[in-house]
Amino acid sequence: MERRELLKMIAAATGAAFIGNPLALAAESAQRLGTGFSADDVLLLNEVAETIIPRTDSPGAKDANIGQLMTRLVSDCYLPSEQALFRQGMQKLNEAALSQFSKPFLLLEQKHKHSLLTELNDEAYRYNKQNKVRHWELGRPGGTPDEDKVLPHYFTLFKQLTLFGFFTSKPGATQVLRYVAVPGRYDGEFPYKKGDKAWAT
Amino acid sequence: MSVNEYDAIVVGSGISGGWAAKELSERGLKVLMLERGRNIEHIKDYKNAHKEAWDYPHHDVPTQQMKLDYPVLRRDYPLNESTFGMWANEKEAPYTEDKRFDWYRGYHVGGRSLLWGRQSYRFNEQDFLANAQEGIAVDWPIRYEDLAPWYDYVERFAGISGSREGLDVLPDGQFQPPIPLNCVEKDVAARIKKAFAGTRHLIHSRCANITEPKPEQGRTNCQYRAKCWLGCPFGGYFSTQSATLPAALKTGNLTLRPFSVVSRVLYDKDKKRATGVEVIDAQTNQVIEYKSKLVFLNASAFNSTWLLMNSATDVWEGGLGSSSGELGHNVMDHHFRVGASADVEGYLDKYTFGRRPAGFYIPRYRNWHKDKRDYLRGFGYQGSASRQGWQKDIREMGIGAELKAGLSEPGHWSIGMSAFGEILPYHDNRIYLNHQVKDKWGLPVLVMNVEIKQNELAMRKDMQADAMEMFEAAGLKNVKGYDSDYAPGMGIHEMGTARMGRDAKSSVLNKHNQVWDAPNVFVTDGACMTSASCVNPSLTYMALTARAAAFAVEELKRGNL
Repeated sequence: MERRELLKMIAAATGAAFIGNPLALAAESAQRLGTGFSADDVLLLNEVAETIIPRTDSPGAKDANIGQLMTRLVSDCYLPSEQALFRQGMQKLNEAALSQFSKPFLLLEQKHKHSLLTELNDEAYRYNKQNKVRHWELGRPGGTPDEDKVLPHYFTLFKQLTLFGFFTSKPGATQVLRYVAVPGRYDGEFPYKKGDKAWAT
Repeated sequence: MSVNEYDAIVVGSGISGGWAAKELSERGLKVLMLERGRNIEHIKDYKNAHKEAWDYPHHDVPTQQMKLDYPVLRRDYPLNESTFGMWANEKEAPYTEDKRFDWYRGYHVGGRSLLWGRQSYRFNEQDFLANAQEGIAVDWPIRYEDLAPWYDYVERFAGISGSREGLDVLPDGQFQPPIPLNCVEKDVAARIKKAFAGTRHLIHSRCANITEPKPEQGRTNCQYRAKCWLGCPFGGYFSTQSATLPAALKTGNLTLRPFSVVSRVLYDKDKKRATGVEVIDAQTNQVIEYKSKLVFLNASAFNSTWLLMNSATDVWEGGLGSSSGELGHNVMDHHFRVGASADVEGYLDKYTFGRRPAGFYIPRYRNWHKDKRDYLRGFGYQGSASRQGWQKDIREMGIGAELKAGLSEPGHWSIGMSAFGEILPYHDNRIYLNHQVKDKWGLPVLVMNVEIKQNELAMRKDMQADAMEMFEAAGLKNVKGYDSDYAPGMGIHEMGTARMGRDAKSSVLNKHNQVWDAPNVFVTDGACMTSASCVNPSLTYMALTARAAAFAVEELKRGNL
């Protein structure tokens, strides 16, 4: 498939209007992003993030452009070893999509994206348990140079960046969670009923 | 007076420097306050005060470049985007380590008064007696009664919220209403009280966040934003900028000079008095001398001592105050990062509103009254209870809409607390000068040689076991103890190195914080401490500073200095 055609299909499949004209994307290099990632990568990562945290009656990961944030966190905050695993993960994800559905991840139907990532999520839990990897998916992104930490399954990186990025993003914090900039008081017995949202901070 | 002449020079603008400047200028002295770093103006320069995670490029996560540039700061939590630039530049101002020492420094106007934890407790009577009774180090030259009126004085001005509890282990003070405990903490407090027959107390933290406005200082009460470290535009907590500096400036007697690295105290060996200080302009490298009748060292514990070590070396090789052999010795901090957490069942119809700047406190009970342990001194706990936010166990939620819904609701209640323990003043825990390594201005740097010893290690066992015991006694579930290890300095409570004492042979400072060998030089920051107690020390520095400043002015008037 020609790249232009692929991009058209991706744009149609993902509604990636905020990225700009998909035909222009081919010319837009990694330099524009300044992260070593391309606009295509951002498209892919936004789809991964959206599958983990989808738009429901409230915004999802794509609304917060988590794909773009992921590339920034990976290139600036991840250790080289984490970056390498992340990039391998992007490749492995597409390989898994091709072997199961004969399509790249971006062209999968929503339900197939969901089932593939659900499988990878389970695989990641098994892998992390076997390798005694802890505190990854809820941790702050980025290791410290002299720390000797075992790396998790690559999907755990996608999940970590999606959850951290989304719930600290404005749409995630203010529309999916609750946020009050200046509470002005503290109430230690504030009434709660099932369904009320958690505070963002 | 020529332009370079003042009545008093204050070196440093943090918690104790701000107090020195306020007290001396309010008593009519012309004061020069020198700060090695840049100025940060109240409100105007709190550039991140209204930002949230999403306003930072990496949502407040430190980059690898930041970690490379700050090899010390990255060892613990302080390195992030929101407070970046509020910690000392480690390349310009390095130090070396015989043993690991985490030194977190604020080199700017306000110093760590902008970045402090704000917990504010009085030392108790026993804290001033223990050294003498136990034969540890030297006796404090003052007693609780000497400091009590000054605690009153600084609490009223700074604004300390807290509850009066009538406990001898944690003397009450001049408090504003406390920051509330939440429903879980109140119930756990009642259960602990019952289980331990009233010997252990879970109480409100005492905190320099104000719960009532201080209009005379232009300060609004705490707004429960939990953004203290970004500088509070409401003046909700005590800092140099919000409280002491405006008071000092109002007198018209204060000159503040940022970018002023003080390289030595000028000393007249015939008169046995300091005559001023030498300053290197941090930007131009110009060397300037300032003359004064009084010099207050408030550069933070280690830097005040560094300055003494670098002064009058023609008279004493080890520097001003070294004749006792104690300058640089007896380093203390508080050891912590040990405690417990637990799950709390129920209370699911309750949540919290607002973000508190502090939680609960459990004052020391070990080696108190009839309790006797196989180690000396004790520890207190700081902690809080809360409902989990989105960062909770998500194994069962898979991915997709179910995960999103699950994470957007609060989880169950949990509670945690961490103990802060006293470190004894050991002579061989010390800092000294490294003349091989120089900072950006060509000045020698400090070497750290500090460790915790058997007494602290024995105490840590109790610090963890007791936390678990109390949570279990309170009927909490899934009680987990932890000891995440402690490296000296992590408490950011450096103390000692120029201790107060009763004679010039065994101490650097007398009972009024005067250097024995130069009575017009006062050291009133953490360097002066003779022992550490287990409570947060800043309130004590405030009280000691106000007391010493009042004394200094009287002595000056009497012609003794």
